[in-house]
Amino acid sequence: MASEFPDTAAELAAGLAAGRFSSVELTRHYLARIERLDATLNSFITVCADRALAQAAAADTRRAAGTAGALDGVPYANKDIFCTNGVRTSCGSHMLDNFIAPYDAHVVERLHAAGLVMLGKTNMDEFAMGSSNETSYYGPVQNPWDRARVPGGSSGGSATAVAAGLAPLATGTDTGGSIRQPAALCGISGLKPTYGRVSRYGMIAFASSLDQGGPMARDAQDLALLLNAMAGFDPRDSTSVARADEDYTRAIGTSLDGLRVGLPREYFGADLDPRIGDTIHTAVAALEARGASVHEISLPNAALAIPAYYVIASAECSANLSRYDGVRFGYRCEEPRDLEDLYSRSRGEAFGEEVKRRILVGTYALSSGYYDAYYRKAQQLRRLIKQDFVDAFQTIDVIAGPTTPGVAFPAGTNVEDPVTMYLSDVYTTAVNLAGLPAISVPAGFVDNLPVGLQLIGNYFDEARLLGVAHAYQQDSDWHLRKPPGTD
Amino acid sequence: MSINADDVRAMARLARLAIAEPDIPTYAAQLSRILDLVAQMNAVDTHNVEPLAHPLDISARLRADVVTESDQREQLQAGWPHIADGLYLVPQVIE
Repeated sequence: MASEFPDTAAELAAGLAAGRFSSVELTRHYLARIERLDATLNSFITVCADRALAQAAAADTRRAAGTAGALDGVPYANKDIFCTNGVRTSCGSHMLDNFIAPYDAHVVERLHAAGLVMLGKTNMDEFAMGSSNETSYYGPVQNPWDRARVPGGSSGGSATAVAAGLAPLATGTDTGGSIRQPAALCGISGLKPTYGRVSRYGMIAFASSLDQGGPMARDAQDLALLLNAMAGFDPRDSTSVARADEDYTRAIGTSLDGLRVGLPREYFGADLDPRIGDTIHTAVAALEARGASVHEISLPNAALAIPAYYVIASAECSANLSRYDGVRFGYRCEEPRDLEDLYSRSRGEAFGEEVKRRILVGTYALSSGYYDAYYRKAQQLRRLIKQDFVDAFQTIDVIAGPTTPGVAFPAGTNVEDPVTMYLSDVYTTAVNLAGLPAISVPAGFVDNLPVGLQLIGNYFDEARLLGVAHAYQQDSDWHLRKPPGTD
Repeated sequence: MSINADDVRAMARLARLAIAEPDIPTYAAQLSRILDLVAQMNAVDTHNVEPLAHPLDISARLRADVVTESDQREQLQAGWPHIADGLYLVPQVIE
């Protein structure tokens, strides 16, 4: 971004604190960039210009009064899955095109209490079901590195917005890779926290035992700052983990001496583009040069993650999405003949094809006579997959590998072939099944397209992951690269 | 695992999901492919493995049984046209 404004939230916060610019000036700057670049990128579903400027003015008032917090006045983009009081919250679906949320998600409450300025709501795969952002009712999002390619999904709008400099920070959610995969494909950093770290209250549900919100940003330090603002115990989410708030920046700048890094051999098999494999090995060598030791490990049940994931995610989605019935909010079909017709036509007309496929698969997996063969079986595999990680973390501290098997694919490639699309999540879904934290950071380019390094940590070990990622970013400049045509 | 047109109709009925008749063969083919992928699960013996419902293997926290919500009916019904006297309107169910 060729301007008087720096790129990272940490630098922006410092600039605001030093009085070099105001939050209103900063917010106008990002709104102008959105206006100029987003007509084609399509990363925002809703831009909240007036509301953002009012939030920014309030932040400037707090700044003048000496009561501003760490990220006070810094703009961010909010995935349109987080309910925002008084603002349309569509979840990328025709079903919720008319839904003005009557309350704030816990994450939104926290971010706004911290003084962050919401530029708007970002595009996403419908109900977060997709890996390319092509299932959105609001049209596909472009990858800023190659406009003919997908940004990944489901948090594709957030990833593109950060990559193209339309926002310094963004929220995302990750059910099977929906933060890490688009972060990798767009050349930004993204963190999926431990299940239970970030409240799901007001975060529209897809698969409740897997869904987890998290930060997306240019670098690890900004991820830590945003996670500080997002994470925290919330009694309204029954799976929120009751732990004291912690400072996720605390391991930034610490040494990697003695760090034990595990490379799972299953993540470097035939599925992987060998050029991505080489890129990851080069990145791991950089960690080694800083004092880490590298060990080959095995996650023997890794190949089962995708099938188990698609059973569990589809089953939970079919239950969660039963609430959309056309009766109390959302889409209602015209002139229903009777109540059954109202339910089934409202749902049939307003859900897109991928959502329908998953509802049908989930209904099948949960239907009488099939429960043991599908849902129970998948949950048994889930325990085996989790145990692989538990065993691995006996001897190592961090697992390193690729985030995705390939770089961003051309738009339209896998739209008619859901199974091939699902396989783009081959290295990410196991982490959700196990509930572990994981981060993706830029690690290089293949065919001029970004490659993501995935680092998986033990439960509640986000601070260490962020410290390792930050150390890597001291030795590399991939996270500083900017897509062409976004100046 | 092969899913036929009748299976798709049965699932669509259970899920209260209207699917146009001409689209059914495509759904049947795609769902069959997805279930073929899922069938890879059968390669592993899970006899005596306890299912894992929650990734942290803990049960949901309970709270005291007290009222915590205030009445927000007007706010929740704002902007929804199918309302009369604070009630949601649906097609007639009882003659």
